[in-house]
Amino acid sequence: MFEKKSVKYLVTIFSLILVVPMYSASAMHIMEGYLPISWCVFWGVLCVPFLIAGGMSMQQKMKEDNKIKLLLAMAGAFVFVLSSLKIPSVTGSCSHPTGTGLGAVLFGPSIMSVLGIIVLLFQAVLLAHGGLTTLGANTFSMAIAGPFVSYGVFVLLKRFKASKPVAIFFAAFVGDLFTYCITSVQLAIAFSGEGFWFALGKFMGIFAVTQVPIAVAEGILTVIVYNVLETSCKRELTQLGVLSKGEI
Amino acid sequence: MKLWQKNLLLFMMLILVVLVPMIIKNGAEFGGSDDKAAGVIEEIQSDYTPWFESIWEPPSGEIESLLFCAQAAFGAGIVGFVLGKITAEAKK
Repeated sequence: MFEKKSVKYLVTIFSLILVVPMYSASAMHIMEGYLPISWCVFWGVLCVPFLIAGGMSMQQKMKEDNKIKLLLAMAGAFVFVLSSLKIPSVTGSCSHPTGTGLGAVLFGPSIMSVLGIIVLLFQAVLLAHGGLTTLGANTFSMAIAGPFVSYGVFVLLKRFKASKPVAIFFAAFVGDLFTYCITSVQLAIAFSGEGFWFALGKFMGIFAVTQVPIAVAEGILTVIVYNVLETSCKRELTQLGVLSKGEI
Repeated sequence: MKLWQKNLLLFMMLILVVLVPMIIKNGAEFGGSDDKAAGVIEEIQSDYTPWFESIWEPPSGEIESLLFCAQAAFGAGIVGFVLGKITAEAKK
């Protein structure tokens, strides 16, 4: 019994490792060498507790039934697809969505920190985007801050009895946008030449404004996938705590 | 509304969201926002030089886009497989 489980665990990890090198270019993250070393260390250390929590949460989910594991694989793959879609924005530049909102809503935010850092790591090594030195900062914005905000928004809207598609849309939208707000803050505190707020305005103008329509696109796409899940696996969604018992 | 009707509607909205910036910003460069940020860093702190270089870069734009497509195809394959499987199982 134990052996069977560990085999499944290995297969999942292995398939993740296979998928990750395909992660590509053009992530709109902080580039290699573009953050002073003290900040690289700071953000890196800040990520550690989240990664430990994420690892433990992942181990927990591995004990669930097969369908849950399938959904976890899908949540990971969703991040890969979305981060490969460079979408034009109203500012005349391009950026891509993060795709972490779906997984955060389904499995809780901490698990996304693990999925995210693997993605960012291989991306830095193989595609010269993001970077090894800026890995901590990028992990914090994309794989921790974004998913946690997504999850918070979802829980809040659920409490206010918003319909599920609406809650999912805003969870994905706000989480995506927040990721790039954090990126802007990270750059502004490191490069606050003429004052923090001036720098923040500059970076927000690039990252956050560009991201608005892209976050809308991510929200819509996340709802499309959720609609399919809601039709086909109500039982699993209840098991994961996305749907309450009364909603089936 | 049926599932496919709902999702078709959402999909059309998605296309619209992607197309509108290209129409209203006709002629813009549509480069990456990270390159723009590098410009701002130079503006704010002109003496800053990146202290670390990428250890490997794709040799050309073609190879970069190859890796890109492979990534999207692989991810979409898994998403499609899982959605197909759970939809088929639910119908049983």
